[in-house]
Amino acid sequence: MKQLQCDVLVIGAGPAGLAAAYEARRTGAANVVIVERNDEAGGILPQCIHNGFGVRALGADLTGPEYAYRWIDRARKEGVGILSRTMVLGLEAQRAVVANPREGLVDIMPRAVVLCMGCRERPRGALAIPGERPAGVYTAGTAQRLVNMEGYMPGSRYVILGSGDIGMIMARRLTLEGAEVAEMAEILPYVSGLRRNLVQCIRDFDIPLSLCTTVTNVYGRDRVEAVELSTVDERWRPVPGSQRRVPCDTLLLSVGLIPENELSRVAGVAIDPVTGGPFVDERFATSVPGIFAAGNVVHVYDLVDDVTESALAAGRSAARHAMGLDGGPRSEIELAAGDNVRHVVPHRLDPGSLEQGEVLLHLRVRRPIEAATRIEVWADDHRLLSRRLRYVRPAEMVTIALQEQHRAMLEGARRLTIHAQEA
Amino acid sequence: MADNKRTFDVIIVGAGVVGSLCARELARYQLDILLLDKCSDVGEGTTKANTAIVHAGYDAKPGSLKATLNVAGNALYDEVCAELDVDFDRCGTYVVGLADGDESTLQALLARGLENGVPALEIISGEEMRRREPALTSDARAALYAPSGGLVDPFQLCYAAAENAVANGVELRLNTEVTGLWRNDERIVGVLTPAGPIRGRYVVIAAGLWADTLMHQAGLDSFAIRPRKGEYFVMDKAAADVVRNVLFPCPTSVSKGILVTRTIHGNVMLGPNAVEQDDKCDLSTTQAGLNEVMEGALKLVPGLDSRHVIRTFAGLRAGGNTGDFYIDAPRSTPGLVVLAGIESPGLTAAPSIARYVTALLGESGLCLEPRPAFSPIRHGIPRFSELDDAEREALIAQDPRWGRIICRCEMVSEAEIVAACHAPVPARTYDALKRRVRVGSGRCQGGFDQPYVIDIMARELGVSPLEITKKGRRSQMVVRRTKELRA
Repeated sequence: MKQLQCDVLVIGAGPAGLAAAYEARRTGAANVVIVERNDEAGGILPQCIHNGFGVRALGADLTGPEYAYRWIDRARKEGVGILSRTMVLGLEAQRAVVANPREGLVDIMPRAVVLCMGCRERPRGALAIPGERPAGVYTAGTAQRLVNMEGYMPGSRYVILGSGDIGMIMARRLTLEGAEVAEMAEILPYVSGLRRNLVQCIRDFDIPLSLCTTVTNVYGRDRVEAVELSTVDERWRPVPGSQRRVPCDTLLLSVGLIPENELSRVAGVAIDPVTGGPFVDERFATSVPGIFAAGNVVHVYDLVDDVTESALAAGRSAARHAMGLDGGPRSEIELAAGDNVRHVVPHRLDPGSLEQGEVLLHLRVRRPIEAATRIEVWADDHRLLSRRLRYVRPAEMVTIALQEQHRAMLEGARRLTIHAQEA
Repeated sequence: MADNKRTFDVIIVGAGVVGSLCARELARYQLDILLLDKCSDVGEGTTKANTAIVHAGYDAKPGSLKATLNVAGNALYDEVCAELDVDFDRCGTYVVGLADGDESTLQALLARGLENGVPALEIISGEEMRRREPALTSDARAALYAPSGGLVDPFQLCYAAAENAVANGVELRLNTEVTGLWRNDERIVGVLTPAGPIRGRYVVIAAGLWADTLMHQAGLDSFAIRPRKGEYFVMDKAAADVVRNVLFPCPTSVSKGILVTRTIHGNVMLGPNAVEQDDKCDLSTTQAGLNEVMEGALKLVPGLDSRHVIRTFAGLRAGGNTGDFYIDAPRSTPGLVVLAGIESPGLTAAPSIARYVTALLGESGLCLEPRPAFSPIRHGIPRFSELDDAEREALIAQDPRWGRIICRCEMVSEAEIVAACHAPVPARTYDALKRRVRVGSGRCQGGFDQPYVIDIMARELGVSPLEITKKGRRSQMVVRRTKELRA
């Protein structure tokens, strides 16, 4: 088996992987390698041909392929090596065995690893939607790849289940390609993707949207012929008598993304059952020394700019670890999700780290509050800070910055709890 | 395709696991054999949707064909699966007693099993059962352990048998529906298909759910098949940490009950329920049925996490109205052999059914002259995911496509997909490929692989991606090119 030594090994060449590798090099790691299982770098970005990427991270409103290209270019110019068509077969803290068509198996021995595998879409089977199992049931992202990269239309008349961002973007895309989107159904009483996509992709294209509605049957033995939509009650149970049959030849699913952590588990990384991603500290270090994680593998972000930002931090930490600059012992505080908060990342932090700059806390609320909302951060029983937002929605991640000034109050605290309540 | 002049010695109608194993068994002799199926792949009927268990044989009534052929078939599995390179695990199975009357049911099953000749049956305590399966409900009082029970991949057994048959000279015609029996007076002289009649000296009906339709044409009017649906959940391999064994509840009058089992490939499967219906094509799952299955499974293993579910499916049991298999060469119709009512334990019995049918044909006058060139050995496509590093390296060095992983969840390489497209019984649909190399069988259910697979299949089969279907007929995966102008 061929052997390869490197300082930082990054797994996945999506936006997180590219930024992590770039920053690892800039921090001083000599040898940084990304392994990518797809044919091309960029992760899911090359199929996201709409714009809206990079406004914050690069100060430009770019399409997915453009945003990917900028980071591929940056990473390459920094001397990052990208091994595409490369699958990781086994992973430990300082060892990865990968398979590649040209090189066969390669035994990579890195000083630090950054997990950047992103996420996958929840398939039909995971929802256990009853009915037939015909052709024409796709996740929105698979359809997006078929349309935007392979040049094929999965169908002619669509029902979309779930109002996630990819689903809404595909509703517009398919309409522009001459297909008909008969309806979008969302089981929740509110849209689960970003407001801007609701306006620009659904309302502007007059696509019928039904809230509190789900698919309760799929018809068609060969190809989808229709789906049955039903209204649901507050416990998501179909309301008897509310069923209606909507003819279509394709059912697209945009019903959630799951961080892709099978490899993390292989490496023994502890996973948070709430986020589906590794427990991380403010450096994006996981429970296994030398393994870091960034981007959607940790928790699913709304915007690529936030993925990039987290990955820059993870790349920096990985490089420091590889270079033996980890620093002295840490004293850590645990972060906890309080009222109406589903989760907070990072899961723990060392107040000492605030010396080097601010630490961003990313959180997602459980339920929307369409009125002024106060986000409060408590250090044990002291209120550390409070911020007022015009509203909070599960679809929109909330970011809170901890600054050097908070350090004193954090020293000695055991737990940091965050609440999101109506003001 | 209709070649009026050619006369086959034997025409087998139906290329499920039973028909395919019959074809393979008959290929041992100097015979001209035709294996027909109306679907686009072998094993598209009951074979593709069942519990995938090799039963020990304590269920069936002593003296019945089910009992005899189950026990005999079970004993043949090691040999057949070794010859055909089929995944088989004789891991043993358990029937778990949970309620008051269950202990006597277990005793009755034990007694029946002993009478049927099932080896090494044993009743173990609830405590011992929970030691072997820690996730089992604390209600378990005792269990019947059948060490000869096992797990198999039924799709694999079917196409492996069909491939071995084809390699030994059997002709396989798919997409060929038999619409009737061709008779000359009483005697069978062939079958009728939409493409024309096909001559055959002997016809074996192995048509599963549709066997009765053809039987009625031969005057065997009293036999009827009543489809009985069974619904299932498949869970992610991650759930296999919880379930280690094959766990049946105590049987009811209509089925062996809703079981919880790991599968041969390391997933967990729950099911089936049992619902009679008229429609022989309706394989839909229902909310009520799925709820019933989940509730039943939770009775055995309360800790099952429904978040691990990755797929649901339904299959139809081809249950007959006699309660037993009907396997006969009716005197009234010389040249005909009928296999009907092959419901559970049909998969287990299949290898012995093949031998039984061969003997019946011999008794009916078919000349069984061994064919010296017959080889019982078939080599499957290696699974990249199951190889060790040295084997992987050797294959990638030989052909780089072994190093290009297309299906990430199941770790399937491009080379496996290519090989399946060119196998003796090639994969021509996405589902056929899925059954052969497991693309799309994992937790993402094809989300990542499908765009790639459509492309590779189109290239290998020499067709447009627009012609790649999920399961034949009108099940296209994609419908047109983008930017294509329509009138």
